[in-house]
Amino acid sequence: MKKSLAAGILGLSLAATGMAQAEPVKIGVITTLSGGGAGLGIDMRDAFTLAIKQSGNKEVELVVEDDAQKPELAVQIAEKMIQSDKVDLLTGIIWSNLAMAVVPNAVAQDIIYLSPNAGPSALAGANCNKNYFNVAYQNDNFHEAMGQYANQDYKKTFILAPNYPAGKDSLTGFKRYYKGELAGEIYTQVGQTDYAAEIAQIRDSGADSVFFFLPGGMGIAFMKQYAQSGVTIPVMGPAFSFDQDMLPAIGDAALGVKNSASWSKDLDNEASKAFVEAFKAEYNRLPSVYAAQSWDTANLILSALSKASVKDKDAFRAALKAADFKSVRGDFTFNTNNHPIQNVYVREVVREGDVLTNKIIATAFEKHGDAYAEQCKM
Amino acid sequence: MSIALLIEQLLNGLQLGVMLFLMAAGLTLIFGVMGLINLAHGSLYMVGAFACAAVAAATGSFWIGLVASLVAAAAAGAIVEVAVIRKLYERDHLDQVLATFALILIFSEGTRWLFGSFPLYLDIPPLLQGAVPLPGGGRYQLYRLAIIGVGIVVAIGLYLLISRTRLGMRIRAGESDREMIAALGVDIRTLYTVVFALGAALAGLAGALVGALQSVQVGMGEPVLILAFVVIVIGGIGSIKGALLGAILVGVVDTMGRFLLPKALALAMPAAQAGLIGGALASMLIYLVMAVILAVRPSGLFAAQS
Repeated sequence: MKKSLAAGILGLSLAATGMAQAEPVKIGVITTLSGGGAGLGIDMRDAFTLAIKQSGNKEVELVVEDDAQKPELAVQIAEKMIQSDKVDLLTGIIWSNLAMAVVPNAVAQDIIYLSPNAGPSALAGANCNKNYFNVAYQNDNFHEAMGQYANQDYKKTFILAPNYPAGKDSLTGFKRYYKGELAGEIYTQVGQTDYAAEIAQIRDSGADSVFFFLPGGMGIAFMKQYAQSGVTIPVMGPAFSFDQDMLPAIGDAALGVKNSASWSKDLDNEASKAFVEAFKAEYNRLPSVYAAQSWDTANLILSALSKASVKDKDAFRAALKAADFKSVRGDFTFNTNNHPIQNVYVREVVREGDVLTNKIIATAFEKHGDAYAEQCKM
Repeated sequence: MSIALLIEQLLNGLQLGVMLFLMAAGLTLIFGVMGLINLAHGSLYMVGAFACAAVAAATGSFWIGLVASLVAAAAAGAIVEVAVIRKLYERDHLDQVLATFALILIFSEGTRWLFGSFPLYLDIPPLLQGAVPLPGGGRYQLYRLAIIGVGIVVAIGLYLLISRTRLGMRIRAGESDREMIAALGVDIRTLYTVVFALGAALAGLAGALVGALQSVQVGMGEPVLILAFVVIVIGGIGSIKGALLGAILVGVVDTMGRFLLPKALALAMPAAQAGLIGGALASMLIYLVMAVILAVRPSGLFAAQS
């Protein structure tokens, strides 16, 4: 009797998920697959497609397009995906300036957008939106963690970031928790490849440490030139400057550098281990934070699809907000502004065999939200 | 702000200028001699960087990589000239821009297909690692000094080539009157291929030299290409001397602008804001300089053809 009841319930629940799955869902993925930022977008896309593939959900259809890290192109792609592809959900954007160009317009057309990376402050506070879910972080978060951590060792830090929304959020976040003095504060150009002029100023500033946020090729160029310049002031930064996509190109110059992230491949939980194994098996390389966030984004979508129809926007939004999925980051919940509440860790670059990677050495924040949530009236 | 810092920044500006000169010299020669706008010049720069990184990784020697970059970029240039560019000389500039833009896409995707999307690693050779002392107590990276040296050698070499050799004479003749030099029995087709390969080799050299400082990745050539065009417009199209002076002007103005503007603004406003506004202004500075120079001398500082 018990057995048949259990089987009956199992059958029912299978039928329920089966019903939800039977309905086709179209997800538009706009990400950076060419140019200097391509490594980030490719990790994003690869993890996302792998998560969908592993779920065995045949009804999810992906439309993937390359934004070439250009806001105007991203806007065109988003319009095309909404108007002619008729996508149900949008995701994928890596860069905050592209997110600022696409997201407000898309959510205004009642399209749900899930961010696997960019989390500009302008979308987290007063301009938050019920259709905008950030599965990654609010931009300030990683930088806040590094500011907090820097207080232990440093009194006079030189800070620099590119001149775009995430760069401004970065330095704002760092300064929010850093109590020491600033030896200098520089905004560089987005896509800048030569940092000789900035490094000369760092050398001259009398700083005891350098905090920098330079994702992708910018960070590689900076770190190489910094190591070659002979300046020995210790550096630190968010994971974006020292992640798996960049370490091979930076080389040994990165060894020992502290950086902050919500995830690292040595994080001790089942979901994370399974993810790292699956990613390595499929692509023969280690995943980055971008890949981890994107994996979570895909799994969040899958969890919501198993509960509600994507056509029923209210029910689907509620299912997303419940965040009922196994995050590779461990505990994960949504704040009132649909941005994560999560732990942020400090990692150190280490050598494992002949690959450079990161390992966690401290927890900077537990269950950390963001500074803008209270301005969000939703 | 110390004297050492100022000297270091001037050297940084000079080094950027020299690197731009290597790009602009080829671009301006090709435009001057053949009347061709070559947008794919940045791709040849990328080819040089990838060839150097790949060969250096395989052989363990940066120097073999450097030779490989020259050979690969010159070969790529010659092949492209024979296969595509040759058919464009008689067309107008719009067709040339379209075709060479297509070449950018082909080179980028081809490189991505061969090497993948992740940046390659290329380090400076052990011989040139380290820094040398500067007057005033500063230090300057030896490798960047070497780049300045290479630029000076190339500038002198190009000057001698163009003013003292038979090939140079033909190039000058090709610049001033294409039909006449062909009528006099000079093989203009081979001359064009040689000039194109020479320009390509210089771009490849720049790519390899800079690849060791920055990251070797797909699309690395396009930002430099824009600056190189600014340089030849300022210098006067077709003039090597103009390219040299234009390149150094752009390099120094850009570097000093990025360095001094935020500092100057910081006297009048909070540092964070000065950094933001100064940074934004600095990125416009070379275009402002270009606009001013064009207003005063519409055909550039040293226009070859009047």
